[in-house]
Amino acid sequence: MQFIQTIYTIWQRELIRYWRDKTRIISTLFMPLMFLVIFGAGLSKTLATGNFGVDFVQFMYPGIIAMSVMSVAFFSTISTVWDREFGFLKEILVAPVSRVAVAFGKTLGATTIASIQALILLILAPFIGVTIHFAIVLPLIIFMLLLAFAISGMGLLISSLMKTTESFGLVMQVLIFPLFFVSGAFFPLTAVPSWMRALANVNPLTYGVDAMRQILLGNQVDPTILNNLSLHAIPINALFLLGFSAVMVSAAVWAFNKRA
Amino acid sequence: MNNIIEVKNLTKKFNGLTAVDDVSFEVKKGEIFGFLGPNGAGKSTTINMLSTILSPTEGEAFINKFNVLSQKDEVRKSIGLVFQDPSLDDRLTAEENLRFHAKLYGVPSNEFQKRKQEVLELVDLWDRRDDIVKNFSGGMKRRLEIARGLLHYPAVLFLDEPTIGLDPQTRAHLWDYILRLKREKEMTIFMTTHYMNEAEYCDRIAIIDHGKIVASGTPRELKKQVGGDIIRMSSAQKQKLKRELEERYKKEIKEEDGTLQLEVADGEKFLPRLFNELDTKIDSIELRKPTLDDVFLSLTGRKIREEEASSKDRMREHMRVRGGR
Repeated sequence: MQFIQTIYTIWQRELIRYWRDKTRIISTLFMPLMFLVIFGAGLSKTLATGNFGVDFVQFMYPGIIAMSVMSVAFFSTISTVWDREFGFLKEILVAPVSRVAVAFGKTLGATTIASIQALILLILAPFIGVTIHFAIVLPLIIFMLLLAFAISGMGLLISSLMKTTESFGLVMQVLIFPLFFVSGAFFPLTAVPSWMRALANVNPLTYGVDAMRQILLGNQVDPTILNNLSLHAIPINALFLLGFSAVMVSAAVWAFNKRA
Repeated sequence: MNNIIEVKNLTKKFNGLTAVDDVSFEVKKGEIFGFLGPNGAGKSTTINMLSTILSPTEGEAFINKFNVLSQKDEVRKSIGLVFQDPSLDDRLTAEENLRFHAKLYGVPSNEFQKRKQEVLELVDLWDRRDDIVKNFSGGMKRRLEIARGLLHYPAVLFLDEPTIGLDPQTRAHLWDYILRLKREKEMTIFMTTHYMNEAEYCDRIAIIDHGKIVASGTPRELKKQVGGDIIRMSSAQKQKLKRELEERYKKEIKEEDGTLQLEVADGEKFLPRLFNELDTKIDSIELRKPTLDDVFLSLTGRKIREEEASSKDRMREHMRVRGGR
């Protein structure tokens, strides 16, 4: 009971802080819009002719969701570094509560905020010409949550290893772009060099993009074309994301205990 | 046995460097116990071990009869902590900070409604409960931290340099609250400080230097170790005065800078007697009581390093401004 209450309390604080920070709310609303307008208007005109028999905006859309989920989730986990830098982490670490619960609360907080961002993108989809059938909304949301959770876990691990917000920001910068480019968001990973494939295989974004793409295109595209674009079956993607999250959150708890 | 804190041969080494060296002491229920020493003497390391943040290298410690190594959660529930550096979430309101704490410490919500008023009124912040902490002054933040530390009704409140970085007026004010806590709640308080004058408020103190306790006792006892009160007089008839003092009180009279000095056990009681009995006219008189500074000086041969502290204070102040975001 205290375990659940701790998760809830930590999670609630993350959300209160989010709602109080007007800049962050505006940027959460604005960033997906920007992505869709730029990618939608710009890239589709130049690349839309598409060699893979799929409309490029449709193809890109899961990648854009993944990209914004990733950046918001990462950015939200910076709160742990802030807490360390400004002393609040001590208040949490001397409390008679489980560190696992603390890590879960933090991860779920970032997950929730990132998912809000993804939901906005989902709502905006029809306006930029992405067709979403009502039936696939739920599976899409499930994968948004799974991806957000996996990335938040990873962010939490990094932030529990970092001392300052500056170093955290630097690591994020270095990580975000490779993760994004080697995720299959821009181009299918079915025909890339094996080293890139190897990187993609440990990239949580790959699995999120892969699953969401299959869900989105499932009833729009010929199955053979879709097969050429896909890497894993949907349940495999879900399992990987869950396993990845478990490893990351456990490592973050370990880092908490070691550093505190 | 009503010892709230018992520490036996506590030692902490960091990479071969001994920060706390074989420290033993007890803190009784309801007293203010002061840990006095310069920066880097091992005060915070001791508090961190007692509050389960650090594990001791050797020795053991009990809080409220719970072992700090094997019963961490019980120990954590038994203590309220006010850290040296601010540890509030300044984007939350005062009440939200308290609620967060109450939930982590498992205070039931109906009980929380009662207690939040009680603790906030104690530190005069009840009217500001809905304000965002960011807008609080340094003194108010400190008071809120004290209120928060009391919320789960701990057996002992730890105050690590509670007045550091505060201006003298705020500092004195904060002490009113700390003493009220002792008076009204019979709270046991363990505090560290490097301000000698603040240690005077403590019931008992331990002086720590280079990780070792060099002396402990009540401030009065410690000052007695240094010697008695010094009475310093000047007179136009200095030699006559000196003879009279020597004959009447059978004490050694020292001459220094043209004044006469004698040491007595109880200066306040001695002065009226002196005025009544003396025949020789005196021009001026000064009573100087030994301070804890003198105690520290006589024990370690050094003055407590105030200058160093003040530069550290400035850095803290800087961090606080940065923390204001």
